[in-house]
Amino acid sequence: MDLQVEIMEQDEETAVLAAAGEVDAYTAPKLKEALLPLTKKENFLVKVDLKDVSYMDSTGLGVFISALKSTKENNSSMKLVHLQDRVLRLFEITGLIEIMDIEWGANG
Amino acid sequence: MDAIDIQEDSYKDLLKLYIDTEDEKALYGAEKISKSFIKQGITPEEIVNLHIQSLQEMYDDMPQAYLRGLDFLLETMISYGLALQEYQTLREKQLEIKSELKIAAGMQKTLLATTVPVVENLQIGVVSVAAHQMNGDYHHFITGKNGDIGIALADVRGKGIPAALCMSMIKYAMDSLPEDTMGPNKILKNLNRVVEKNVDPSMFITMFYAQYFPQTSKFLFSSAGHEPGFYYHGDTKNFEELKTKGLVLGVTSETDYPEYERTIKEGDMIVLLTDGVTECRYGDNFLSREEVLEVIQQHMHLPAQEMAEKVYKHFERLQNFHLRDDFTLIILKK
Repeated sequence: MDLQVEIMEQDEETAVLAAAGEVDAYTAPKLKEALLPLTKKENFLVKVDLKDVSYMDSTGLGVFISALKSTKENNSSMKLVHLQDRVLRLFEITGLIEIMDIEWGANG
Repeated sequence: MDAIDIQEDSYKDLLKLYIDTEDEKALYGAEKISKSFIKQGITPEEIVNLHIQSLQEMYDDMPQAYLRGLDFLLETMISYGLALQEYQTLREKQLEIKSELKIAAGMQKTLLATTVPVVENLQIGVVSVAAHQMNGDYHHFITGKNGDIGIALADVRGKGIPAALCMSMIKYAMDSLPEDTMGPNKILKNLNRVVEKNVDPSMFITMFYAQYFPQTSKFLFSSAGHEPGFYYHGDTKNFEELKTKGLVLGVTSETDYPEYERTIKEGDMIVLLTDGVTECRYGDNFLSREEVLEVIQQHMHLPAQEMAEKVYKHFERLQNFHLRDDFTLIILKK
């Protein structure tokens, strides 16, 4: 299955990046290409909407880890929203949920 | 037809035979000849050229228009000839890489070799299989001075060569830790520092580390974001998920790993695994952890090693004998 990545909204201070599909070794570069540049702007907030991401593997987690490191270097921030259970579980097991700004469920 | 000589002459003969008789044997011969042409590196335009010459020898009265047409075909074939050469170079390079990989895989095997310790009253079963030539899973047993057993199980993000290189780093970092018995939380904290300094920002490692004390049956463990294992309580016949907190290795140096403790009683069992087991995908389906547990239950009456092998065989069959991810399963049974 493929992955679609699209910037839904963007202004001076924030952007919403929506991903849909599966994030794995083949599709993760696409996500990385869209996400990393947004984390390099100082004081910028990027929200990643994962509502339509049904599957993610460790390569996908790797993209978010490097994005998190980039936010720290560039004084920007990242928030992950609307995670499906299967994807959320990965962030829980790996302990990333403790250090990343994550909201899940329909109201997240 | 078997006696066909793979020379240009035989091409001419076969062509003539076919033109005169439409004999299928000639077509079969053409198929064989084309294979031998490929072997000898003869390019498509050379074959077209041979074809033109053969026709000219056979017929004096070839229409000019037809000959020009064949010349045109010859020109069109030139790029195919170049592509063929490129393909052959790539094939040679690929063979080279393959043999290098084979050597590297052998080295990794030697480097990561570990002996399953013999412990009184505790059976240990292990299966670890790489999806590709190099294994991104790592497991290691250490017997401490006081007879305590250290059990390390790790999984590097990704597969193949980068994962294997990273694994070697873990192995060296483990070897360089001080001999005196360090608890699981300290070991993970130390390794985290090494990994964090030395890996690419998108790389990380999950790791489970446990220490077992045979005299007291105490089992201490910590986890760095590793796939949770299972603890089977023999008295209540219940499986418990070994839930732990602790961040994967390599994300930030500022992190601590809580330590947990169980006392292994007679009839208890511990199942440790990597996500190659739980992320097992067959067709379009994912295996749920409940299903993994079912397979484990089906085989838990067996001795630990046999049980681990049977469970592996089950998942191998499920994925049509083609593993997508490295697979490691460790069973401890009392």
